[in-house]
Amino acid sequence: MSACALVDYGAGNLTSVKKAFAAIGVDIFVPSAPADLAAASAVIVPGVGHFSATRALAGEWTDAILERVGEGRPLLGICLGMHWLFEASDEAPDMPGLGVMSGTIVRLGDARLKGGSPSPIKVPHVGWNALAICRDSPLLSGVEPGSQVYFSHSYAAPLTSETIAVTEHGAPFAAIVQRGQIAGVQFHPEKSGEAGLQILRNFAELAR
Amino acid sequence: MLSKRIIACLDVRDGQVVKGINFEGLRSAGDPESLARRYNAEGIDELVILDVTATIEGRRALAATIHAVARELFIPLAVGGGIRTEDDGAAAIEAGADKVSLNTAALADPQLITRLAQRYGSQAVVVAIDAKRVGDRFAVFGRSGQRASEWDAVAWAREAESCGAGEILLTSIDRDGTKIGFDCEMTAAVSSAVAIPVIASGGAGSLDDFVDVFTAGRADAALAASIFHNAETSVRELKRRLHEHGIPVRL
Repeated sequence: MSACALVDYGAGNLTSVKKAFAAIGVDIFVPSAPADLAAASAVIVPGVGHFSATRALAGEWTDAILERVGEGRPLLGICLGMHWLFEASDEAPDMPGLGVMSGTIVRLGDARLKGGSPSPIKVPHVGWNALAICRDSPLLSGVEPGSQVYFSHSYAAPLTSETIAVTEHGAPFAAIVQRGQIAGVQFHPEKSGEAGLQILRNFAELAR
Repeated sequence: MLSKRIIACLDVRDGQVVKGINFEGLRSAGDPESLARRYNAEGIDELVILDVTATIEGRRALAATIHAVARELFIPLAVGGGIRTEDDGAAAIEAGADKVSLNTAALADPQLITRLAQRYGSQAVVVAIDAKRVGDRFAVFGRSGQRASEWDAVAWAREAESCGAGEILLTSIDRDGTKIGFDCEMTAAVSSAVAIPVIASGGAGSLDDFVDVFTAGRADAALAASIFHNAETSVRELKRRLHEHGIPVRL
Protein backbone atom coordinates (compact mmCIF):
# COMPACT_ATOMS: atom_id res chain seq x y z
CA MET A 1 0.00 0.00 0.00
CA SER A 2 1.32 3.41 -0.84
CA ALA A 3 1.34 6.24 1.64
CA CYS A 4 -0.91 9.21 2.34
CA ALA A 5 0.45 12.58 1.25
CA LEU A 6 0.54 15.38 3.79
CA VAL A 7 0.68 18.64 1.86
CA ASP A 8 3.02 21.22 3.39
CA TYR A 9 2.16 24.69 2.08
CA GLY A 10 3.79 26.62 4.91
CA ALA A 11 0.65 27.07 7.04
CA GLY A 12 1.76 25.93 10.45
CA ASN A 13 3.72 23.04 11.79
CA LEU A 14 3.08 19.48 10.67
CA THR A 15 4.83 17.67 13.52
CA SER A 16 1.66 16.85 15.47
CA VAL A 17 -0.16 15.50 12.41
CA LYS A 18 2.82 13.32 11.49
CA LYS A 19 3.07 11.94 15.04
CA ALA A 20 -0.63 11.11 15.14
CA PHE A 21 -0.47 9.14 11.89
CA ALA A 22 2.68 7.39 13.11
CA ALA A 23 0.83 6.39 16.28
CA ILE A 24 -1.95 4.71 14.30
CA GLY A 25 0.52 2.99 11.97
CA VAL A 26 -0.32 4.89 8.78
CA ASP A 27 2.55 5.81 6.45
CA ILE A 28 2.73 9.48 5.58
CA PHE A 29 4.99 11.39 3.22
CA VAL A 30 5.35 15.10 2.59
CA PRO A 31 5.45 15.67 -1.19
CA SER A 32 8.08 18.17 -2.28
CA ALA A 33 6.38 18.90 -5.61
CA PRO A 34 2.83 18.48 -6.96
CA ALA A 35 4.01 15.63 -9.22
CA ASP A 36 4.83 13.58 -6.10
CA LEU A 37 1.11 13.36 -5.36
CA ALA A 38 0.75 10.79 -8.13
CA ALA A 39 2.02 8.16 -5.68
CA ALA A 40 -0.39 9.13 -2.88
CA SER A 41 -3.10 6.74 -1.72
CA ALA A 42 -4.84 9.73 -0.12
CA VAL A 43 -4.21 13.44 0.33
CA ILE A 44 -4.31 15.39 3.59
CA VAL A 45 -4.33 19.20 3.61
CA PRO A 46 -3.66 20.42 7.16
CA GLY A 47 -3.06 24.00 8.14
CA VAL A 48 -3.56 26.70 10.66
CA GLY A 49 -3.62 30.43 10.21
CA HIS A 50 -5.11 32.85 7.70
CA PHE A 51 -7.10 31.75 4.64
CA SER A 52 -4.71 33.74 2.44
CA ALA A 53 -2.02 31.12 3.24
CA THR A 54 -3.89 28.73 0.93
CA ARG A 55 -2.72 30.93 -1.96
CA ALA A 56 0.34 28.64 -1.99
CA LEU A 57 -1.98 25.82 -3.12
CA ALA A 58 -3.24 27.66 -6.20
CA GLY A 59 -2.11 26.38 -9.58
CA GLU A 60 -0.18 23.12 -9.81
CA TRP A 61 -1.01 21.85 -6.31
CA THR A 62 -4.72 22.43 -6.91
CA ASP A 63 -4.51 20.65 -10.28
CA ALA A 64 -2.65 17.66 -8.78
CA ILE A 65 -5.07 17.39 -5.84
CA LEU A 66 -8.12 17.58 -8.11
CA GLU A 67 -6.57 14.90 -10.31
CA ARG A 68 -6.26 12.55 -7.30
CA VAL A 69 -9.81 13.37 -6.25
CA GLY A 70 -10.96 12.61 -9.80
CA GLU A 71 -9.39 9.17 -9.43
CA GLY A 72 -11.47 8.62 -6.30
CA ARG A 73 -8.63 8.93 -3.81
CA PRO A 74 -9.68 10.29 -0.42
CA LEU A 75 -8.97 13.92 0.49
CA LEU A 76 -9.02 15.25 4.05
CA GLY A 77 -8.84 18.94 4.97
CA ILE A 78 -7.99 19.80 8.58
CA CYS A 79 -8.96 23.20 10.05
CA LEU A 80 -7.68 25.75 7.49
CA GLY A 81 -7.38 22.84 5.07
CA MET A 82 -11.10 22.20 5.56
CA HIS A 83 -11.89 25.86 4.85
CA TRP A 84 -9.95 25.60 1.60
CA LEU A 85 -12.32 22.83 0.39
CA PHE A 86 -15.14 25.41 0.24
CA GLU A 87 -15.88 27.98 -2.45
CA ALA A 88 -14.58 30.98 -0.53
CA SER A 89 -13.90 32.46 2.90
CA ASP A 90 -14.79 35.85 4.33
CA GLU A 91 -11.29 35.82 5.83
CA ALA A 92 -9.79 36.49 2.38
CA PRO A 93 -12.74 37.32 0.12
CA ASP A 94 -10.66 37.88 -3.01
CA MET A 95 -9.31 34.32 -2.98
CA PRO A 96 -11.23 31.28 -4.18
CA GLY A 97 -11.12 27.97 -2.35
CA LEU A 98 -10.98 24.57 -4.04
CA GLY A 99 -14.78 24.62 -4.34
CA VAL A 100 -15.42 20.92 -3.77
CA MET A 101 -17.75 21.79 -0.87
CA SER A 102 -20.54 24.29 -1.37
CA GLY A 103 -20.71 27.45 0.69
CA THR A 104 -18.59 30.23 2.12
CA ILE A 105 -16.61 30.19 5.38
CA VAL A 106 -17.74 32.95 7.76
CA ARG A 107 -16.45 34.38 11.03
CA LEU A 108 -17.81 32.85 14.25
CA GLY A 109 -20.58 35.13 15.49
CA ASP A 110 -21.66 35.96 11.91
CA ALA A 111 -25.44 36.02 11.41
CA ARG A 112 -25.11 33.47 8.62
CA LEU A 113 -24.40 30.83 11.29
CA LYS A 114 -28.02 30.34 12.27
CA GLY A 115 -29.89 28.67 15.05
CA GLY A 116 -28.93 27.49 18.49
CA SER A 117 -29.21 29.72 21.48
CA PRO A 118 -27.18 32.84 20.69
CA SER A 119 -24.94 33.74 23.59
CA PRO A 120 -21.86 35.93 23.98
CA ILE A 121 -18.82 34.02 22.81
CA LYS A 122 -15.08 34.46 22.70
CA VAL A 123 -13.44 34.31 19.31
CA PRO A 124 -11.20 32.42 18.64
CA HIS A 125 -13.01 29.27 19.73
CA VAL A 126 -10.23 27.43 21.55
CA GLY A 127 -10.68 24.20 23.44
CA TRP A 128 -12.69 21.00 23.66
CA ASN A 129 -16.24 20.90 22.36
CA ALA A 130 -18.76 18.19 21.55
CA LEU A 131 -19.58 16.59 18.22
CA ALA A 132 -23.28 16.12 17.49
CA ILE A 133 -23.41 13.51 14.77
CA CYS A 134 -26.12 14.25 12.23
CA ARG A 135 -25.34 11.68 9.53
CA ASP A 136 -23.89 8.20 9.58
CA SER A 137 -20.53 7.92 7.92
CA PRO A 138 -17.64 5.44 7.88
CA LEU A 139 -15.56 8.41 9.02
CA LEU A 140 -17.40 8.32 12.35
CA SER A 141 -17.21 4.59 12.90
CA GLY A 142 -16.43 3.93 16.55
CA VAL A 143 -16.85 7.61 17.53
CA GLU A 144 -19.37 8.08 20.33
CA PRO A 145 -21.97 10.84 19.79
CA GLY A 146 -21.06 13.73 22.08
CA SER A 147 -17.33 12.95 21.92
CA GLN A 148 -15.31 16.07 22.54
CA VAL A 149 -12.55 17.19 20.21
CA TYR A 150 -10.08 20.08 20.23
CA PHE A 151 -10.82 23.24 18.25
CA SER A 152 -8.77 26.34 17.56
CA HIS A 153 -10.31 28.67 14.97
CA SER A 154 -12.08 31.98 14.33
CA TYR A 155 -13.90 31.11 11.09
CA ALA A 156 -16.27 28.23 10.39
CA ALA A 157 -18.52 26.62 7.80
CA PRO A 158 -22.31 27.04 7.97
CA LEU A 159 -24.40 23.87 8.04
CA THR A 160 -25.13 22.32 4.66
CA SER A 161 -26.28 18.96 3.35
CA GLU A 162 -22.60 17.93 3.42
CA THR A 163 -22.36 18.42 7.21
CA ILE A 164 -22.06 15.11 9.07
CA ALA A 165 -21.26 16.46 12.56
CA VAL A 166 -22.17 19.74 14.19
CA THR A 167 -20.59 21.72 17.02
CA GLU A 168 -22.02 24.76 18.75
CA HIS A 169 -20.14 27.89 19.81
CA GLY A 170 -22.68 30.69 20.03
CA ALA A 171 -24.37 29.07 17.01
CA PRO A 172 -24.03 25.69 15.31
CA PHE A 173 -21.36 25.25 12.64
CA ALA A 174 -20.05 22.32 10.59
CA ALA A 175 -17.50 20.33 12.59
CA ILE A 176 -17.16 17.61 9.93
CA VAL A 177 -18.19 17.73 6.29
CA GLN A 178 -18.11 14.89 3.83
CA ARG A 179 -19.01 14.35 0.21
CA GLY A 180 -18.00 10.96 -1.09
CA GLN A 181 -14.27 10.51 -0.63
CA ILE A 182 -13.76 14.17 0.34
CA ALA A 183 -13.91 15.16 4.01
CA GLY A 184 -13.06 18.14 6.15
CA VAL A 185 -12.72 18.51 9.90
CA GLN A 186 -12.81 21.88 11.66
CA PHE A 187 -11.09 20.56 14.79
CA HIS A 188 -7.62 19.04 15.17
CA PRO A 189 -7.98 15.24 15.21
CA GLU A 190 -4.25 15.01 15.92
CA LYS A 191 -4.87 16.82 19.24
CA SER A 192 -8.22 15.32 20.16
CA GLY A 193 -7.26 12.24 22.12
CA GLU A 194 -8.72 8.84 21.22
CA ALA A 195 -11.74 10.28 19.36
CA GLY A 196 -9.43 12.20 17.04
CA LEU A 197 -7.17 9.21 16.38
CA GLN A 198 -10.25 7.09 15.60
CA ILE A 199 -11.36 9.60 12.94
CA LEU A 200 -7.87 9.54 11.40
CA ARG A 201 -7.96 5.71 11.40
CA ASN A 202 -11.33 5.82 9.68
CA PHE A 203 -9.99 8.22 7.06
CA ALA A 204 -6.98 5.96 6.45
CA GLU A 205 -9.42 3.07 5.93
CA LEU A 206 -11.10 5.03 3.11
CA ALA A 207 -7.73 4.96 1.33
CA ARG A 208 -7.47 1.18 1.37
CA MET B 1 -20.89 24.16 24.38
CA LEU B 2 -17.20 24.94 24.75
CA SER B 3 -15.74 23.11 27.75
CA LYS B 4 -13.71 24.82 30.42
CA ARG B 5 -10.23 23.36 30.24
CA ILE B 6 -8.21 21.83 33.06
CA ILE B 7 -4.50 22.12 32.39
CA ALA B 8 -1.73 20.39 34.30
CA CYS B 9 1.65 22.04 34.53
CA LEU B 10 4.82 19.98 34.74
CA ASP B 11 7.80 21.95 36.06
CA VAL B 12 10.70 20.10 34.50
CA ARG B 13 14.33 20.33 35.55
CA ASP B 14 17.03 18.07 34.10
CA GLY B 15 14.42 15.72 32.71
CA GLN B 16 12.49 15.34 36.00
CA VAL B 17 9.31 16.93 37.27
CA VAL B 18 10.13 19.00 40.34
CA LYS B 19 8.10 20.39 43.26
CA GLY B 20 4.67 19.31 44.33
CA ILE B 21 5.35 16.07 46.16
CA ASN B 22 5.82 18.02 49.37
CA PHE B 23 6.39 21.55 50.54
CA GLU B 24 10.09 21.22 51.19
CA GLY B 25 11.76 22.77 48.20
CA LEU B 26 12.52 21.18 44.88
CA ARG B 27 12.07 17.44 45.01
CA SER B 28 11.51 15.12 42.13
CA ALA B 29 7.86 14.26 41.53
CA GLY B 30 8.62 11.64 38.92
CA ASP B 31 9.45 11.51 35.26
CA PRO B 32 7.41 13.75 32.96
CA GLU B 33 6.26 10.99 30.63
CA SER B 34 4.74 8.92 33.45
CA LEU B 35 2.95 11.90 34.96
CA ALA B 36 1.73 13.05 31.55
CA ARG B 37 0.42 9.56 30.86
CA ARG B 38 -1.41 9.45 34.19
CA TYR B 39 -3.00 12.87 33.66
CA ASN B 40 -4.06 11.88 30.17
CA ALA B 41 -5.71 8.72 31.49
CA GLU B 42 -7.53 10.86 34.08
CA GLY B 43 -8.84 13.19 31.39
CA ILE B 44 -6.57 16.23 31.52
CA ASP B 45 -7.39 18.62 28.65
CA GLU B 46 -3.97 20.04 28.03
CA LEU B 47 -0.39 19.92 29.35
CA VAL B 48 2.16 22.63 29.96
CA ILE B 49 5.80 21.72 30.30
CA LEU B 50 7.64 24.50 32.07
CA ASP B 51 11.40 24.38 31.82
CA VAL B 52 12.93 25.48 35.10
CA THR B 53 16.46 24.61 34.03
CA ALA B 54 18.99 27.17 32.99
CA THR B 55 21.72 24.88 31.69
CA ILE B 56 22.45 23.82 28.12
CA GLU B 57 22.32 20.16 29.19
CA GLY B 58 18.88 20.75 30.67
CA ARG B 59 17.69 22.35 27.43
CA ARG B 60 18.68 19.28 25.41
CA ALA B 61 16.92 17.07 27.93
CA LEU B 62 13.85 19.28 27.55
CA ALA B 63 13.65 18.66 23.81
CA ALA B 64 13.82 14.91 24.51
CA THR B 65 11.05 15.28 27.10
CA ILE B 66 8.80 17.22 24.69
CA HIS B 67 9.42 14.62 22.03
CA ALA B 68 8.67 11.72 24.37
CA VAL B 69 5.43 13.26 25.68
CA ALA B 70 4.20 14.39 22.25
CA ARG B 71 4.88 10.97 20.72
CA GLU B 72 2.22 9.21 22.75
CA LEU B 73 -0.23 11.88 23.95
CA PHE B 74 -2.59 13.49 21.49
CA ILE B 75 -3.77 16.49 23.46
CA PRO B 76 -2.44 20.05 23.21
CA LEU B 77 1.02 20.54 24.65
CA ALA B 78 2.48 23.94 25.51
CA VAL B 79 6.09 24.58 26.43
CA GLY B 80 7.43 27.56 28.33
CA GLY B 81 10.37 28.74 30.35
CA GLY B 82 13.42 30.39 28.89
CA ILE B 83 12.04 30.94 25.39
CA ARG B 84 13.96 34.09 24.48
CA THR B 85 14.21 34.02 20.71
CA GLU B 86 12.28 32.91 17.66
CA ASP B 87 14.75 30.02 17.37
CA ASP B 88 13.99 28.88 20.95
CA GLY B 89 10.29 28.85 20.11
CA ALA B 90 10.91 27.05 16.84
CA ALA B 91 12.99 24.39 18.62
CA ALA B 92 10.16 23.66 21.08
CA ILE B 93 7.60 23.45 18.27
CA GLU B 94 9.81 21.27 16.07
CA ALA B 95 10.26 18.92 19.06
CA GLY B 96 6.48 18.48 19.24
CA ALA B 97 5.02 21.38 21.24
CA ASP B 98 1.78 22.82 19.86
CA LYS B 99 2.17 26.12 21.67
CA VAL B 100 5.00 28.10 23.18
CA SER B 101 4.56 30.27 26.22
CA LEU B 102 6.44 33.57 26.29
CA ASN B 103 6.94 35.69 29.38
CA THR B 104 10.08 37.76 30.06
CA ALA B 105 11.17 37.82 26.42
CA ALA B 106 7.76 39.13 25.30
CA LEU B 107 7.97 41.97 27.83
CA ALA B 108 11.40 42.91 26.49
CA ASP B 109 10.40 42.50 22.84
CA PRO B 110 6.64 42.31 22.14
CA GLN B 111 7.45 41.81 18.45
CA LEU B 112 8.63 38.30 19.36
CA ILE B 113 4.94 37.48 19.86
CA THR B 114 4.19 38.77 16.37
CA ARG B 115 7.08 36.94 14.72
CA LEU B 116 6.14 33.59 16.26
CA ALA B 117 2.45 34.15 15.49
CA GLN B 118 3.24 34.91 11.86
CA ARG B 119 5.40 31.81 11.60
CA TYR B 120 3.20 29.30 13.43
CA GLY B 121 -0.20 30.99 13.84
CA SER B 122 -1.63 32.80 16.87
CA GLN B 123 -2.95 29.53 18.29
CA ALA B 124 0.68 28.52 18.87
CA VAL B 125 1.59 31.57 20.96
CA VAL B 126 0.64 31.88 24.62
CA VAL B 127 1.70 34.97 26.54
CA ALA B 128 2.29 34.19 30.21
CA ILE B 129 1.67 37.12 32.53
CA ASP B 130 2.90 36.98 36.13
CA ALA B 131 1.20 39.71 38.12
CA LYS B 132 0.73 40.80 41.70
CA ARG B 133 -1.35 43.39 43.42
CA VAL B 134 0.43 46.67 44.05
CA GLY B 135 -2.07 49.15 45.46
CA ASP B 136 -5.07 48.95 43.15
CA ARG B 137 -3.02 47.74 40.18
CA PHE B 138 -2.14 44.29 38.94
CA ALA B 139 1.55 44.86 38.36
CA VAL B 140 3.29 42.65 35.80
CA PHE B 141 6.66 41.13 36.65
CA GLY B 142 9.23 39.40 34.45
CA ARG B 143 12.09 37.05 35.26
CA SER B 144 10.02 34.66 37.38
CA GLY B 145 8.53 37.48 39.40
CA GLN B 146 11.90 39.12 40.08
CA ARG B 147 11.75 42.16 37.85
CA ALA B 148 8.94 44.73 37.85
CA SER B 149 7.73 45.94 34.47
CA GLU B 150 5.80 49.10 33.73
CA TRP B 151 2.76 47.16 32.66
CA ASP B 152 -0.56 46.55 34.35
CA ALA B 153 -1.90 43.05 33.65
CA VAL B 154 -5.03 44.25 31.84
CA ALA B 155 -3.13 46.64 29.57
CA TRP B 156 -0.37 44.09 28.87
CA ALA B 157 -2.91 41.39 28.03
CA ARG B 158 -4.55 43.75 25.53
CA GLU B 159 -1.17 44.61 24.04
CA ALA B 160 -0.20 40.93 23.81
CA GLU B 161 -3.49 40.19 22.05
CA SER B 162 -2.93 42.97 19.54
CA CYS B 163 0.62 41.63 18.89
CA GLY B 164 -0.87 38.27 17.94
CA ALA B 165 -1.03 36.19 21.11
CA GLY B 166 -3.59 33.38 20.93
CA GLU B 167 -4.05 32.90 24.68
CA ILE B 168 -3.09 34.50 27.98
CA LEU B 169 -1.73 32.43 30.87
CA LEU B 170 -2.31 34.65 33.89
CA THR B 171 -0.52 33.74 37.12
CA SER B 172 -1.11 35.48 40.42
CA ILE B 173 2.26 35.84 42.14
CA ASP B 174 0.41 36.59 45.40
CA ARG B 175 -1.48 33.30 45.26
CA ASP B 176 1.19 31.06 43.74
CA GLY B 177 1.82 28.10 46.02
CA THR B 178 -0.57 29.36 48.72
CA LYS B 179 -3.46 26.97 47.90
CA ILE B 180 -5.94 29.63 49.07
CA GLY B 181 -7.64 29.95 45.70
CA PHE B 182 -7.15 31.79 42.43
CA ASP B 183 -7.20 35.59 42.25
CA CYS B 184 -10.67 35.67 40.70
CA GLU B 185 -10.89 39.45 40.62
CA MET B 186 -7.70 39.80 38.60
CA THR B 187 -8.66 36.91 36.31
CA ALA B 188 -12.08 38.43 35.61
CA ALA B 189 -10.53 41.84 34.91
CA VAL B 190 -8.17 40.39 32.30
CA SER B 191 -10.68 37.91 30.85
CA SER B 192 -13.24 40.67 30.30
CA ALA B 193 -10.67 42.89 28.59
CA VAL B 194 -9.58 40.51 25.84
CA ALA B 195 -11.30 38.29 23.27
CA ILE B 196 -8.69 35.53 23.49
CA PRO B 197 -8.93 32.78 26.12
CA VAL B 198 -7.48 33.39 29.57
CA ILE B 199 -5.93 30.55 31.59
CA ALA B 200 -5.95 31.21 35.34
CA SER B 201 -3.04 30.03 37.44
CA GLY B 202 -1.72 30.37 40.97
CA GLY B 203 -3.47 29.42 44.19
CA ALA B 204 -5.41 26.27 43.34
CA GLY B 205 -6.01 24.34 46.55
CA SER B 206 -9.51 22.88 46.63
CA LEU B 207 -12.01 21.73 44.04
CA ASP B 208 -14.19 24.71 44.84
CA ASP B 209 -11.36 27.07 43.91
CA PHE B 210 -11.82 25.87 40.35
CA VAL B 211 -15.58 26.40 40.52
CA ASP B 212 -14.92 29.98 41.64
CA VAL B 213 -12.39 30.80 38.94
CA PHE B 214 -14.72 29.54 36.19
CA THR B 215 -17.69 31.52 37.53
CA ALA B 216 -16.58 34.68 39.37
CA GLY B 217 -13.16 34.61 37.68
CA ARG B 218 -14.59 34.19 34.15
CA ALA B 219 -11.60 32.00 33.26
CA ASP B 220 -11.62 29.92 30.09
CA ALA B 221 -9.16 27.41 31.53
CA ALA B 222 -7.42 26.77 34.84
CA LEU B 223 -3.93 25.49 35.40
CA ALA B 224 -2.46 23.75 38.42
CA ALA B 225 0.65 21.76 39.21
CA SER B 226 1.18 20.46 42.71
CA ILE B 227 -2.40 19.56 43.59
CA PHE B 228 -2.42 17.07 40.72
CA HIS B 229 1.09 15.68 41.31
CA ASN B 230 0.34 14.42 44.80
CA ALA B 231 -2.67 12.50 43.46
CA GLU B 232 -4.93 13.70 46.26
CA THR B 233 -6.91 15.65 43.69
CA SER B 234 -7.58 13.61 40.60
CA VAL B 235 -8.50 15.37 37.39
CA ARG B 236 -11.55 13.14 37.08
CA GLU B 237 -12.82 14.05 40.54
CA LEU B 238 -12.31 17.74 39.79
CA LYS B 239 -14.22 17.52 36.53
CA ARG B 240 -17.11 15.71 38.20
CA ARG B 241 -17.34 18.50 40.75
CA LEU B 242 -17.35 21.15 38.02
CA HIS B 243 -19.99 19.21 36.10
CA GLU B 244 -22.18 19.10 39.24
CA HIS B 245 -21.94 22.88 39.37
CA GLY B 246 -23.17 23.15 35.79
CA ILE B 247 -19.76 24.11 34.43
CA PRO B 248 -19.17 22.52 31.00
CA VAL B 249 -16.22 20.11 31.02
CA ARG B 250 -14.94 17.21 28.95
CA LEU B 251 -15.76 14.15 31.04
